Amino acid sequence: MPLLEIKNLHVEVEDKKILNGLTLTVEKGQVAAIMGPNGSGKSTLAYVLAGKDNYNVTEGEILLNGESILGMAPDERAAKGVFLAFQYPVEVPGVATMTFLRTALNAQRKTRGEPEFSTPDFMKLVRDTSAKLGVSQEMLRRAVNVGFSGGEKKRNEILQMAILQPKLAVLDETDSGLDIDALKTVSEGVNRLRSPERSMIVITHYQRLLDYIVPDVVHVMAKGRVVKTGGKELALELEANGYAQYTDEAA
Amino acid sequence: MNAEIRGIKTAAEQGLATAFAGARDTLPGKGAVAALRDDAFKRFDAAGLPHRRVEEWKYTDLRALMREAKPLAGPADIRKPADIAAILSGVDATLVTIVNGRLAPEWTDKNASDPGITLLELFAFLAENTDYRLGQMPGHGDQASLLNTAFMSGGVGIRVKRGAAERKPIHIAHVFSGDTAAAMYPRSVMIVEPGAHVTLVESFSGPNGIDYQVNSALELVIGDGARVDHIKIGYDGDAALRISTLGVTVGAKAVYKDFSFTTGGAVVRNQTFARFAGEGIDAFIGGASLLKNKQHVDNTLVIAHAAPHCDSRELFKTVLDDQSHGVFQGKIIVEPHAQKTNAKMMTRSLLLSDEAEASQKPELEIFADDVVCGHGATAGALDPGLKFYLMSRGIHEKEAEALLIQAFIGEALEEVAHEGIRDDLNLAALRWQGARG
Repeated sequence: MPLLEIKNLHVEVEDKKILNGLTLTVEKGQVAAIMGPNGSGKSTLAYVLAGKDNYNVTEGEILLNGESILGMAPDERAAKGVFLAFQYPVEVPGVATMTFLRTALNAQRKTRGEPEFSTPDFMKLVRDTSAKLGVSQEMLRRAVNVGFSGGEKKRNEILQMAILQPKLAVLDETDSGLDIDALKTVSEGVNRLRSPERSMIVITHYQRLLDYIVPDVVHVMAKGRVVKTGGKELALELEANGYAQYTDEAA
Repeated sequence: MNAEIRGIKTAAEQGLATAFAGARDTLPGKGAVAALRDDAFKRFDAAGLPHRRVEEWKYTDLRALMREAKPLAGPADIRKPADIAAILSGVDATLVTIVNGRLAPEWTDKNASDPGITLLELFAFLAENTDYRLGQMPGHGDQASLLNTAFMSGGVGIRVKRGAAERKPIHIAHVFSGDTAAAMYPRSVMIVEPGAHVTLVESFSGPNGIDYQVNSALELVIGDGARVDHIKIGYDGDAALRISTLGVTVGAKAVYKDFSFTTGGAVVRNQTFARFAGEGIDAFIGGASLLKNKQHVDNTLVIAHAAPHCDSRELFKTVLDDQSHGVFQGKIIVEPHAQKTNAKMMTRSLLLSDEAEASQKPELEIFADDVVCGHGATAGALDPGLKFYLMSRGIHEKEAEALLIQAFIGEALEEVAHEGIRDDLNLAALRWQGARG
């Protein structure tokens, strides 16, 4: 059974149709890139997977390990293993990063009926994980994302992913706003999390990210649907020729 | 505007007049104090209870909210001092207990061993400190304040001696005790001499289900170079009506931090009248309120910058659930010679219910030309984007809301310098959330 099956998904946001019969399958352990022009529905797909409010599914289904997640709240989906790395991670004033990580991890474990992490075990986990991502102890003490640079915010997203160990990670334009050094750090963090047990959807507008996170498969989205699927060489072709042919095709 | 034409007295106003006539000969203090009472009542009676057409009381219409004058509270014993101990559970403080408007010596710590402070029953204090004239505080002429002056039944007088080092906090616990509603009028004075350092907590508590009335006043005089942290904690019973007036005069180069924390009471008004009388003062006045049901809580400030080179910051945070109503009024007056004043005032309300209401009125009256002053006010619901972010990490909805509410209120609570008191207030905010379910 594939890890994720999206069948004929139609989604409206504020009465505007964004996804238009999207069908997509992601196998267990697969890294799937989703590329497409602005407005093709890539970020909408990310939010719909995570369960954001006001994204109205009018038709179709989303199955995670064969189970529909459409009726589930965002926290239930997270406990089932869905993780969204945000394109624009929000600042949460007053909530220390450390408190946030522990609350999230233990809430997920509780939902799954697993024992909570003890404080020393949790501290060790965070210390080891953050060191690899170049996230300082000082950042962990600060409020979530408050005063973080663009690169720090993205590293913080990957840190959360590494702590929460999702089954399906959706990376929404993780490369946006990153310089080349930050891009390398973040990509290395993501690559360390590649595993036969974990699938990833890497959403990007540019091919550049895929030099660092090499996908198993590339899907091209246009006008709310997947219009082409191919190997990693498809990304290079898009880089050379642009998206015009797909937007015309879908029109 | 036309002069206010005095209409027919309300039942509460008539009750107050009857109570004053009956009690004036037996209330404590003779001579100057008695004259002060008479004058205060006369001035009160001329205008009556303030109402919505009185700008300073626009959002807290006392004439409508105070339907009757409760009988004056008599002396009472509180059964268990544990009730008071629970207010500041993690803090070792010098306890002063004022029950039904009178100092309760049995629940008041004797401080003979502490040479830095003297602490006496109010009228004994006034008899010993004949140079101190009661009723000179900023805000004396406010209607509620005049009512306190007319009926004041006792309280405490504290002097913190010149240069006294920081000690354990002093906690004045105002308690209502009784099975039927009554009114109490505690009045206290604290004089902090130059260079002294003190933390003062005032708390207010009483039973649920009894519509007792509290009208308290504190006169606070802060000497040059002193540091005072004043924290007011409102844990009144759910039917109580309380008005607390603080009149504070601050001397040069003093550090003054004032914080009001309110979760209790049906109708509460904390009003602070501050005068920055010397140069180089560093002041913060703020508060946090967590309200539910039909609670009405009003924090009103009038701050007069009367000297140059003073900094003041104000930050008030209010969380409003159900049909509660939060009021903030903050007026900063910069007098003509108070150049180089730096004043920033901010009030934020978080509305958890469609039926909750926030009224916020920051005002600046600037008569000097070389100042930096600003104010702001916001009101809104929990940010759905923040909530989604937390939930997308697996945090349950209620827990996500709780984290965000705690973070909202925490920004204000950070301003409470005393760690033990701050921890207690943070726990109180968590308990409030727990009761929210």
